[in-house]
Amino acid sequence: MREGAGPWLGAAAALVYVVLLAPVAVVVFIAFSADSFIVFPPSGYSLRWFQRLWAHEALMRGLSLSLMLAGIVTIGSLAIGVPAAYAIARAKVPAAGALKAFFLAPLLLPTLVLGLALLMALQPLRLTATLTGLALGHMVMTVPFVIRLMVTTFATLPDEVEAAAASLGATPWRVFRRVTLPLAIPGLAASAFLSFLLSFDETVISLFISGPRASTLPVEMVRYVEGRTDPLVAALSVVLIVATLFVILVVERIAGLARVVGR
Amino acid sequence: MSGRQREQPLRGRLTGLALIAPALVLLGAIYLWPMLGLGRMAFNETGSTGAMAPALSLATFRSLFEDPFTLETTWNSVWLSFVATLLALVLAYPLALFLHRTQSRFRSLLTVLAVAPMLVSGVVRVFGWLALLGDRGLINAALMGSGLTAQPTRLVYNYFGVTLGLAESLMPYMILALLAGFGRLDRACEEAAATLGAPPWRVFLRVTLPLTVPAIVLGFLLCFVLAMSAYITPKLLGGGRVFLLATEIFDHAITNANWPAAAALALYTLVLVLLLVAAYAALTRRAEA
Repeated sequence: MREGAGPWLGAAAALVYVVLLAPVAVVVFIAFSADSFIVFPPSGYSLRWFQRLWAHEALMRGLSLSLMLAGIVTIGSLAIGVPAAYAIARAKVPAAGALKAFFLAPLLLPTLVLGLALLMALQPLRLTATLTGLALGHMVMTVPFVIRLMVTTFATLPDEVEAAAASLGATPWRVFRRVTLPLAIPGLAASAFLSFLLSFDETVISLFISGPRASTLPVEMVRYVEGRTDPLVAALSVVLIVATLFVILVVERIAGLARVVGR
Repeated sequence: MSGRQREQPLRGRLTGLALIAPALVLLGAIYLWPMLGLGRMAFNETGSTGAMAPALSLATFRSLFEDPFTLETTWNSVWLSFVATLLALVLAYPLALFLHRTQSRFRSLLTVLAVAPMLVSGVVRVFGWLALLGDRGLINAALMGSGLTAQPTRLVYNYFGVTLGLAESLMPYMILALLAGFGRLDRACEEAAATLGAPPWRVFLRVTLPLTVPAIVLGFLLCFVLAMSAYITPKLLGGGRVFLLATEIFDHAITNANWPAAAALALYTLVLVLLLVAAYAALTRRAEA
């Protein structure tokens, strides 16, 4: 038997790639269409939908809200998740295992149920359709994610280095700042990247707790696509895909993508 | 030194508490409390005017189970999730096997490409399917352009479109689950079978496939649970003509503002998924024994 995959399997895989990537590929193609609706083949190609995009108020407002929200959620999730993960990984608290199970529990629930529960809890407090409410809602997902990632990161760090620093007279805080934290940078970069992306793309929870006063970009996109299908959303998608690729490249430089995906 | 050591346990415990307290308070407030509230909400009643009345009754559950529509949406959800997961498995399997076996130097790039759609917003991918399957979409344009059909074929805003879109959105998860499980696939077993004269299809059916059953079981379970609770894809590709538990929960909560009904249906769906997962686990365990 030959090494490798063989021609039949290769051909089958190529076909599956077509199915898998077709929706994204067609979106990129349509974004450059010159027509006012989706037509194949387009009568011409232009950048008019990209120009229209900047003038579309609702989508642009959604974009700036989503960017701000993702930034706040990322900072908040790291600030709350990293210390908790450190305490669990270094067993500085009793019942670390039970605590970890509690912290990771939201990841087991569908966002549909979490979103519904958040709507019912935040509405009486008048927090729906506010930046605070949306940030809290997204952190149900991102804080557990950061804790899971950082517990693994801290647990795989060699504790001899920390012990060495401590025995040389460094205070616990100094050990954490000068030894543990620098070693954990790939994990921290991955946590930040995934928190940002999770918050920026989060749709279901946002649909429950958004409102006319504050709607995130995915919510505005859902509303737009429900109403009509023209190349405007395609142009927006191309901008988002390019931005995601850019962020991936930056993370790759900092942390190494293989380590981010592998964990 | 001895004085410092004696105070260390208390200080250590206080530090630990200080480190963990923000996360405990936050998740208590935005996860535990809302989930308890959801459970409580299902036992409230809805008056004839549609206004919610605080109560401790099973009236909402009773009207849920008396409504034949509940059974219909349950069946729709289970069947659609099953077919979409099966389709995702059938499509993802050859791709995962290819990625597992290939010696190409682009192997890691190809793997990233296979799971990259996960990083693209679900709304964008659904929009892509609308552009492919719509009446003026690429497939209908090709069908009509080649003269095969005169009228556009309805490929979307029905169960077919939702199943296809859902299967595609599940594929990256299925590929990751299969790749993780293919680790135990021993090339030597396949080679031994081939050396002993088995034709390739027989090697696949008798050696490769049985060895990868655990990976299939895991990937199927993961994707089925994801499919049962998927909302965006059925909502946008269904166009209001596909009735699933997920879409009904959202409609109860937002469109009808009937929170007790939404909460009861959400609890019902959670229990249903748990029961199906337990039944599936029991079945596979018996099959393995």
